[in-house]
Amino acid sequence: MSEQTAGVQTYTPREFHRQAHDALGNPQIRANFRKAMDGLMAKRLDSFDDWDLDALRELGANIRLRALARLPDLLEKLEANCEANGIKVHWAEDGEQACRIIRGICENHGATSVIKGKSMVSEEMHLNAHLEEAGIEALESDLGEYLVQLNQQTPSHIIMPAIHLNTDEISEIMHDKTGTERTRDVDAMTAAARQQLRERFMAAGVGVSGVNFAVAETGTLCLVENEGNGRMTTTVPPVHVAVTGIEKVVEHLRDVPPLYSLLTRSATGQHVTTYFNMISSPRKEGEHDGPKEVHLVLVDSGRSSIYQDNELLDTLRCIRCGACMNHCPVYTRVGGHAYGTTYPGPIGSILSPHLMGLEETRDLPTASSLCGACGEVCPVKIPIPDLLVRLRRESVGEGRGNVAGAGIKRTRKEVAAWKGFQWLATHPAAWRAGTSVAGRLRALTPARLGAWTQHRSAPRPATTTLHALVKQHQAAKTDKEER
Amino acid sequence: MSARDAILKRLRERADGALSAPDSDFAVVTGRGWSREERLVRFERWIGSVHGEVVHAAEEDWTDVLAKVLVDKGVRRLALGKQHPVAVEARRALVNAEVELVDVDRDIEQWQREQFDDVDAGLTSTRGAIAETGSLWLWPTPDEPRLISLVPPLHIAVLDGRTLEDTFFDVIEKHGWASGMPTNALLISGPSKTADIEQTLAYGVHGPRELVVIVRHADDVIGSSARQ
Amino acid sequence: MTAVKLYPPRPDKVYLFGTCLIDLLYPEAGMDAIRLLEREGIEVLFPQDQTCCGQPAYTSGYHHEARAVAAAQLDLFPGPWPIIVPSGSCGGMMRKHYPQLFAGTDLEEQACEVAGRIFELTEFLVHVCHLDLEDRGEPEKVAMHTSCSARREMGLADTGPALLAALGRVELVEQARASECCGFGGTFAVRHPEVSAAMVEDKARAIEATGARRFITSDCGCMMNIGGRFEQQGKAVKGEHIASYLWRRTS
Repeated sequence: MSEQTAGVQTYTPREFHRQAHDALGNPQIRANFRKAMDGLMAKRLDSFDDWDLDALRELGANIRLRALARLPDLLEKLEANCEANGIKVHWAEDGEQACRIIRGICENHGATSVIKGKSMVSEEMHLNAHLEEAGIEALESDLGEYLVQLNQQTPSHIIMPAIHLNTDEISEIMHDKTGTERTRDVDAMTAAARQQLRERFMAAGVGVSGVNFAVAETGTLCLVENEGNGRMTTTVPPVHVAVTGIEKVVEHLRDVPPLYSLLTRSATGQHVTTYFNMISSPRKEGEHDGPKEVHLVLVDSGRSSIYQDNELLDTLRCIRCGACMNHCPVYTRVGGHAYGTTYPGPIGSILSPHLMGLEETRDLPTASSLCGACGEVCPVKIPIPDLLVRLRRESVGEGRGNVAGAGIKRTRKEVAAWKGFQWLATHPAAWRAGTSVAGRLRALTPARLGAWTQHRSAPRPATTTLHALVKQHQAAKTDKEER
Repeated sequence: MSARDAILKRLRERADGALSAPDSDFAVVTGRGWSREERLVRFERWIGSVHGEVVHAAEEDWTDVLAKVLVDKGVRRLALGKQHPVAVEARRALVNAEVELVDVDRDIEQWQREQFDDVDAGLTSTRGAIAETGSLWLWPTPDEPRLISLVPPLHIAVLDGRTLEDTFFDVIEKHGWASGMPTNALLISGPSKTADIEQTLAYGVHGPRELVVIVRHADDVIGSSARQ
Repeated sequence: MTAVKLYPPRPDKVYLFGTCLIDLLYPEAGMDAIRLLEREGIEVLFPQDQTCCGQPAYTSGYHHEARAVAAAQLDLFPGPWPIIVPSGSCGGMMRKHYPQLFAGTDLEEQACEVAGRIFELTEFLVHVCHLDLEDRGEPEKVAMHTSCSARREMGLADTGPALLAALGRVELVEQARASECCGFGGTFAVRHPEVSAAMVEDKARAIEATGARRFITSDCGCMMNIGGRFEQQGKAVKGEHIASYLWRRTS
């Protein structure tokens, strides 16, 4: 993240503590997120009202598991069917390679301007910065993405990129960057953006989009959206490049409706989005619009490494709905930028370590109280809390050692502390003696237990432990019986 | 080794071994068993909830309803096809109307600016609709290209009441989508919208600001019951 | 949510796993749990060699250490009796995570057997004891904070409130965002103190806003956190473990 072009406001997972501190101290940020997340949680609940939610989630998880179980075969099938339909398929080991492929396509067509639909993978690989270095302008067309791009920021939420900004801030940004008259009228701002972006759609040489589901059976790319910018991006420019992670493939077309339903309801509480756009080929002979070329770029970028491990595999089930963020008490308070990663919140904390390594993301797996809200709402039942614990194990060198940066947080001091805990908790006599001593010395307990007591009073050991009280209680009972 | 081969090799030589694929039970997304009337009520409720306007018409005189919509919405230039019966009937009915009919059987390169700046509405047929979500389904054709339902500020879609089905899953299965997908298949549920500015809904951010669905009925019984 | 659990008939005896927080900080809650169970005619066995379920090490990623500590608890319950844990957090650790922790080890079978006998206290009182309560306390308005582990890991969002409702003279008021975490999270409060503080601030404010002057919880971690917040702020709101509250009002 910190490597982005100059001018863009950057955040890095290394600075999670500082960034979280800044966000916590910013009442505007906290109010914006709280209000937005409360609304999203309520809407999600409403939208599943008439559903057997458990059965639907079970099906969603099952579809994603099946796709992953057959992943290499399905990718080959997807490739074969796309190619048969006239879609050119490219493979990229990492984001850098994917960027080069897309730049190459642009250059082949002499495109100097690219219009983009929402794509988190393109954010992940910093496509915009890469294209700009090559003299190709990349403009985001999703309204939220457009606004954060104008503001030289990155998205703070994977579904609602500009959720951290309020109306006044947005009005100011549009005024500063596009000359739009200042207004609090959302319709007026939206209309202004429509006008600005329509010119850009017409001028763009290439449209770049993400993919929500890639259907192996038919070679179809599915895009979910409300605004219509996704349809514009994939229909107006002469060339369409879709870029996606290799895990986004599903086996059959019939697998799509349950996932789509789970996605929209989980993400924004909509029972359906305005558009569900399914693309299976470039413009055919006799057709009058649509791109003449369609490319699909399949990006690995750490995913095949996650794929190796039975437990970590579940990470790849994700359909990017953002419900885990909306329901996360940590995300709700610190917002998306604090994480410093493309994917913030709980899913980001279990995904980013694989994309960036545990050294870079060392504070993310612990940035959760393990309250379980994320796992509870995940539409494909990813056991996010368990995966956070797994990455904590990897961080302290007690996992399988198959995540980059494993062991980075293992310190002699902490190991000694846990070994000490282990010794005490496996020596009951010492434990009883220790806890009872703690009680007798309660007056000496420090009034300040570090950070704890800045916000709460310190707990005080009881004068007698439960072990001792039970002994007394049992003695008293025996006494009574004997008498 | 190519990136492709390297990626596939890693996936195939998975450290924890091959995975077994579970079977899927799709019962939860099908088998609603709604009557024709229930479907219509649901469709109308859901598409209405996302700002889609539904007007009912009898099959014989739906073009009168269309003409009225065009007047009400102040449409001067209407883009539409030539071959689909919807387009044929509309053209016949509007021959003396004030609205100017815009041909769409032209490559977009020839008239992009005109389409973006100077068309008030696009008229399309639909292949059917989904009751559960209030969604229209369209498979654009050379006669009714993709952008007609997207670029003009008003999209007028003509739906036959009898083509309503319960769920998206049902549509895919019953119509055998998997055996032959078109260039572009679309579900449309309402006009273009965004909530990206402080979660305030605004319509027409990129696509149409308005969507009018003319539901045609073989008999007007269903139409009137749906209106209640 | 856990799968629907089939509950056994009321046993003659149970084990109590008191948890380290209760042992050290809130022993009366443990005693009150024993009193409630004994009043139901159930003999309570308290293995004196119990220490800690191992959760702090487990959630910190130190699984060798957690496994050693957990292993030391497994032998303490040789009889076939249910094991009662007056905490959703430790209960969740023992029921859900012990089988994971010991998967593939020699102790796997034993860990699963023990896990199958774990009951959180309120769960046991409601579903096994079908507890009848005669409320002798003054009418009172209280709020309940169900821990995240009880609510989500053990699927026990309803048992605590059900017991409070059974008291008859207690008005249970629900705070805003009742299901949201209080910010304790064990070592989370230490590793991310500022975020944790923001969470407990909100939780305390929400409870206070109900007008209740007492909040009931079945987890001492949450009680220490939320109660500590109220105390530090000089507020009149006090926390009480549900075992103590039930015993106090019905004895």
